[in-house]
Amino acid sequence: MGKYTQTLTELKAGLEQADFTSVELTEELLARISAHDKKLNAMITVTADEALAAAAQADIDRSGGKGGAMCGLPIIHKDIFCTRDIRTTCGSRMLENFISPYDATVVENLAKAGAVVLGKSNMDEFAMGSSNETSFFGPVHNPWDLDCSPGGSSGGSSAAVAARFAPAATATDTGGSIRQPAALTGTIGFKPTYGRVSRYGMIAFASSLDQAGVITRSAEDAALMLGAMAGFDERDSTSIDEPVPDYVAGLGQSVEGLRLGIVRQHFDEGLDAETGARVKNAIATLESMGASTVEVDLPNIDMSVPTYYVVAPAECSSNLSRFDGVRFGHRAENAEDLLDLYCRSRGEGFGDEVKRRIMTGAYVLSAGYYDAYYLKAQQVRQLIADDFRKAFADVDVIVGPTTPSAAFKLGDKVDDPITMYLNDIYTIGANLAGLPAMSVPCGLVGGLPVGLHLVGGHFDEGTLLRVAHQYQLKTDFHQACPEDFK
Amino acid sequence: MSSAWEVVIGLEVHTQLATSSKIFSGAATAYGAEANTQACLVDLGYPGVLPVLNKEVVRMAAMFGLAVNATVAQRSVFARKNYFYPDLPKGYQISQYELPIVEHGEMNITDEDGNEKRIGITRAHLEEDAGKSVHEGFDGSSGIDLNRAGTPLLEIVSEPDMRSAKEAVAYLRKIHTIVRYLGISDGNMQEGSFRCDANVSVRPRGQQELGTRAELKNLNSFRFIEKAINFEVERQIDLIEDGGEVLQETRLYDSDKDETRSMRSKEEANDYRYFPDPDLLPVEISDEFINAVRETLPELPDAKLERFVRDFNLKPEDASILTSSRALADYYEAVLAAAAAKPQLAANWVIGDLSGALNRDGLDISSSKISAAGLAGLLGRIEDNTISGKIAKQVFEAMWDGAGSADDVIEAKGLQQITDSSAIEAVVDKVIDANPGQVADYKAGKDKLIGFFVGQVMKETQGQANPGQVNKILKDKLG
Repeated sequence: MGKYTQTLTELKAGLEQADFTSVELTEELLARISAHDKKLNAMITVTADEALAAAAQADIDRSGGKGGAMCGLPIIHKDIFCTRDIRTTCGSRMLENFISPYDATVVENLAKAGAVVLGKSNMDEFAMGSSNETSFFGPVHNPWDLDCSPGGSSGGSSAAVAARFAPAATATDTGGSIRQPAALTGTIGFKPTYGRVSRYGMIAFASSLDQAGVITRSAEDAALMLGAMAGFDERDSTSIDEPVPDYVAGLGQSVEGLRLGIVRQHFDEGLDAETGARVKNAIATLESMGASTVEVDLPNIDMSVPTYYVVAPAECSSNLSRFDGVRFGHRAENAEDLLDLYCRSRGEGFGDEVKRRIMTGAYVLSAGYYDAYYLKAQQVRQLIADDFRKAFADVDVIVGPTTPSAAFKLGDKVDDPITMYLNDIYTIGANLAGLPAMSVPCGLVGGLPVGLHLVGGHFDEGTLLRVAHQYQLKTDFHQACPEDFK
Repeated sequence: MSSAWEVVIGLEVHTQLATSSKIFSGAATAYGAEANTQACLVDLGYPGVLPVLNKEVVRMAAMFGLAVNATVAQRSVFARKNYFYPDLPKGYQISQYELPIVEHGEMNITDEDGNEKRIGITRAHLEEDAGKSVHEGFDGSSGIDLNRAGTPLLEIVSEPDMRSAKEAVAYLRKIHTIVRYLGISDGNMQEGSFRCDANVSVRPRGQQELGTRAELKNLNSFRFIEKAINFEVERQIDLIEDGGEVLQETRLYDSDKDETRSMRSKEEANDYRYFPDPDLLPVEISDEFINAVRETLPELPDAKLERFVRDFNLKPEDASILTSSRALADYYEAVLAAAAAKPQLAANWVIGDLSGALNRDGLDISSSKISAAGLAGLLGRIEDNTISGKIAKQVFEAMWDGAGSADDVIEAKGLQQITDSSAIEAVVDKVIDANPGQVADYKAGKDKLIGFFVGQVMKETQGQANPGQVNKILKDKLG
């Protein structure tokens, strides 16, 4: 069987035991991408030459006894992370030909650890979307059903990992953009605590919510990746100066005695019955392993979607102002004057969803509306964060569904933004409160995967990874592979 | 100006803080570099970059706050001011809005009647400067120089407490002096390190309510500020007296035509959509920090002036000139420390000949061609009668031109004062013999002719005779 079926952890062992070289592994995966990505459109840029050179170097390093924790292991970067000399599009026409002069901290950290980058994955434009249909480079198809969305905004990363293009991919999560696509593709999606991973070099959508994380196929792999990515960065003022624990070392402990919190509202109407059944089943499994459940109240959680859709657009309207056609990115031709240059560069460079959010954001920040919208949303955000803080006094992890249902058909929700936004109803709370959260595959509904959502206390990534790992030792949902990609 | 009208002025001063790197990036802030060579990716607003606060600016702002008796906020917040402009790379300026670092300060100035007047300082906040658009030399297009983008500014906003252009200038000069005393700004107006906008309005004397104000921009020298305000006051009064109405607008001062012109009216004003910058944490300042900064505060101009008058018995006008810059005051004190010169004599020389020579050569006190010790050496020779004050001016010029110390010059040119009475007597006799007519007139009661005789003796001795002795001997001989 090909090496592509193996997890990051298994591949690491294989490289260490010299069962194969990084070059062999890289060649295999590049060939796989080349053969299958026409169906998925998961990749925006494939960096075959650079990957092979990095793999060759990794093999030399390894034989010389050097090489970091990810030495020679192939990964894919979401195309939101700036990569020097390789274009970084953020899924937008605005940056179709943008070459960053520097590497994001995440890219730098993984390179230092020895990872080999196969390419850059497709995504919703500027990470705004839940279906990967807002990408200028076209939608990504779900490996489980090519007519379905792989979720978004990290749909390219989730589809690529589900299709075994790479064992791991970086991703980012502002309202669920790691966890929702992970749930819809049967992969692990991990979003750390806000501030755990540097945002430097990650093109900003909503600065107070954006957090980089990973998509893998096992919790163990997520622990390995996260360890290599995380850490304080003096170039990001919101990055937190806390030591990064050895996440892999902490995975072995059982879930015995762990208190799982269940949010009543998360099982109300709106949740597909079958999906709910898989999630309840997963919770029962954890109980059978020694965990207990407690009902927790998050009285303001119903307000998380409207709160998010004020705060995130507000920040994005300002963050995206730098794309003005003056210094970099798309520039309209033959502008008549400055205003025309701005209007047409931005009008041509941005897609509809990005424009919708910029307009919403400008509106909620404008004089006369600021107090009613932005300020109010920040107050509600604080209430939601307080609710979580109180809840974590009684429980260790909050569990529930990641999404209301399994993957939806491409084109189904694209004309109905509100329904699309509701896809993130269970995940947004963790972003508003800055908490670590993840999605773990917990079964199939109609042949499509669904996910169990775990939320932890601040900087308690370790507990989440441990629960997921222990669960994966007992179950094999994460080993399921879409038929066409076996 | 019609006395029926009262003028109301408030000022906004943008002072560039003298840090070596920018407020949110590591790029250098030096003036005059080739375009766009001092702008890093953060200054250029590249995708993915983030600002990191230069802590030095917090210290400098706190120093200013303490110097003007203000509250230094324990928590201040950076916000984004959103607007599009080519020299604003991010599409927003990072500035402090609702929660500035300094609030509720005050300062005394001397008004036109010579009385002390308190001027309130509403707030001072930190912000980044924008870049510069260059419209010449691009064949119809415009160039952008982002060297200045991200340069740290402290914007100091006064209360509308000033009642004339002269008061406004007095306030500005005082702020200028203070920021340079504190070492937080070089205050260079030509290079734009110290810029000012003036809010000017008029109202009928006795009316409480403020008139509609115009904001004057492009005021880049003390002289222009005074002229611009005076022009604007007259314009507003004429307008109202002719039945017109003052519009709330921004007006640009044109120094060539000495007039202000409308730039944009309030209706066109931007909605800046301020909100707290999520990339930066609030600035938290502890009491310990404030106390540590307080320890580093230098003696401020008011206190120094008072001490100079008290300890050195100087005239207040002289003390005021000497304390107008910290470097000048330090120089003066160094002169006193190096010699037993009388404080007023030293003050006369520093304010007179030294400042004159500096002005003539366009030099700053820090690059004076005569050191404090050098000047002290010269004053010592005046005090001990080696040379007269008049000869001293000659020595000073030679020293300025690099001829060495006062003693070197006196020695080399043989300028020692003649104090030998017999030598002076010989010259006096010669002068008396040569001018019998004047002698007769003098004896007949024309006392003023004594000056003529002294002059003749000094001329004969090339100014080297001790004037006191000459006077005495002359009077003795002429009876």
